[in-house]
Amino acid sequence: MANKKQYIFDNPKNVKRLLTVFYVLCALLLLLDFVIDRHIYHPWENLWGFYPIYGFVGCVVLVFVAKWMRTFLMRPEDYYEKLEEARFQKDQQLTKGDNNVDA
Amino acid sequence: MWMLEIPPFVPFFIGAVIAAVTRGRLRGLVMVLIPVLSAIHLWTVPEGSHLQFAFLSYELIPYRVDKLSLMFGYVFHIAAFIAIIYALHVRDTVQQVAALMYAGSGLGAVFSGDLLSLFVFWELLAFTSVFLIWARRTQKAYTAGMRYLIIQVISGLLLLVGALFYAAENGTLAFGYIGLQGIAGWLIFIAFGIKCAFPFAHNWLTDAYPEATVTGTVFLSAFTSKVAVYSLARAYPGTELLIYIGAAMTCFPIFFAVIENDLRRVLAYSLINQVGFMVVGVGIGTALAINGAVSHAFNDVIFKGLLFMSMGAVLHMTGRINGSDLGGLYKTMPKTTILCIVGAASISAFPLFSGFVSKSMVMSAALENGHNWVWLMLLFASAGVFHHAGIKIPYFAFFAHDSGIRASDPPSNMLIAMFIAAALCVGIGVYPAALYSLLPYDTGYNPYDATHILAQTQLLFFSALAFVWLNLKNLYPPELRSTNIDVEWTYRRVLPAVWQGTVAMSQRVYGLFSQSVTRVFTLTTNYLAHKNAKISGLLSDKHPAGSMVLWVVVILASYLLLTFLQ
Repeated sequence: MANKKQYIFDNPKNVKRLLTVFYVLCALLLLLDFVIDRHIYHPWENLWGFYPIYGFVGCVVLVFVAKWMRTFLMRPEDYYEKLEEARFQKDQQLTKGDNNVDA
Repeated sequence: MWMLEIPPFVPFFIGAVIAAVTRGRLRGLVMVLIPVLSAIHLWTVPEGSHLQFAFLSYELIPYRVDKLSLMFGYVFHIAAFIAIIYALHVRDTVQQVAALMYAGSGLGAVFSGDLLSLFVFWELLAFTSVFLIWARRTQKAYTAGMRYLIIQVISGLLLLVGALFYAAENGTLAFGYIGLQGIAGWLIFIAFGIKCAFPFAHNWLTDAYPEATVTGTVFLSAFTSKVAVYSLARAYPGTELLIYIGAAMTCFPIFFAVIENDLRRVLAYSLINQVGFMVVGVGIGTALAINGAVSHAFNDVIFKGLLFMSMGAVLHMTGRINGSDLGGLYKTMPKTTILCIVGAASISAFPLFSGFVSKSMVMSAALENGHNWVWLMLLFASAGVFHHAGIKIPYFAFFAHDSGIRASDPPSNMLIAMFIAAALCVGIGVYPAALYSLLPYDTGYNPYDATHILAQTQLLFFSALAFVWLNLKNLYPPELRSTNIDVEWTYRRVLPAVWQGTVAMSQRVYGLFSQSVTRVFTLTTNYLAHKNAKISGLLSDKHPAGSMVLWVVVILASYLLLTFLQ
């Protein structure tokens, strides 16, 4: 395509900047754990960094399990259509005189 | 006031008739005005039963207004208004009429005060919405619509049979608390469960919604599942089983969503996940939990609609919806990108967005009532929904690798609709008191305390960190052109195979059977004929026809003689 315009994330520097800001925010949030006195409902919430760790580990586990699920769930894109179409064509052939002895 | 007696579905059905006979700008005007006028009318209606009559000794209440039904009534008007604006450019009369009928049926269902009226609207929801799927006019959409319709009708029939049992057991058809007692309670529970996409009964949703038209899916996402949530909240609050069903609903779809390629199907999975939160809330059944469930349904209609609209805009402008084909669209669709991110932030329950003020109510209620494991599952699901709906959707559609597609932002009616939805998401998130004032109970809940905000922000940021880390390490599963099998595999693959096998087998058995019968039959007749030939040679063997005539003459003559003898 002739579109040579540079967009904001075409520049790897900008991506890096965004990620740096994001890392700093993560670190800040973790540090806030020491500052903010939270009222808790559950003893686990008292563990240091419970929410950040749970979020991080939970998502990594989620992705790995989902990836593993692909091994037995994934089929070609036309998995259902192929079968349904094959059946459709078979029906069609029959009506077109598959049993016609003169053919 | 006579106006009181007009239930909200009536203007929508009248609108559908007008939409069927008008075209162009006039139809657009009528369609936009209907939800507005109907909403203004609904705003003035006080609580109570406004329409009731006797039918076969049962009291029917097609129009009953209370806080619970009003909440859904309001949000259905908002959803209809937004989706109608989004669909203003559509010239297909079938879709426009079906959409209005569908919205009207949803409103009819939530204002039904008895089970029979509920059943009527329940089935109307199915029969009107299926046209929004068929309107795609592809072979795939046709078969998906058929499967959708069959499952919805089964749900309706269960509801009808359950209602009849209920009437026999209790002598009334009133639609109130039912509970899991007796066969009626269970039948109606299963009927609601199918429409609510309970695990194993959920596949109609992820099968059909992504096959509907661009605008049709926006309508579909708003009504059917929320009517089911409303019905559960009305008939089964505090049913413990619902807590576990709901918790399962929040968790299992996110795994499918992570590996799904069709981005609208990803949203369909996250719709089940969000409904799971509501079901948990209904199951806990305390004032806070019901408030949470209802307000989350309210918010979900808007932010899920916004997400479906943004993906619809992508499909509309590029003709593609698979994550593997998209990417880099932020360059030429900046407005859609931003609106989609607002929706993503809302569904992920970021502070200052609508999801935050409602989802946290359900989570707090789960903790308060000692459902620690359920709470952990909900927390995992919150992280997971951010992962697939909050990050995956915008990332793979608008960022990721540059697909080279340079589609522009969609037509302005679509942008306006998305903008209204986004404004509501932010508005409710910033000023939740407006939403809370509509809720059925007054709990004095405040989502904005430091603990909540910090906990939720930490959870979300570190979920995002996990995504960034996995992506940088190339561990994130790439978007692949594929189909992932789900429960539908049983009825799209196994059942047909079993059926074909059975048919082939029965044909073979029948063939063998008829062959042997024919053989036995021929043998028997041959045997008899042989015997016959031996014993009756005199009477049956090779006499000419003339001799037969002679004998007949002899017999007749003897009859004649006998008459003379008398």
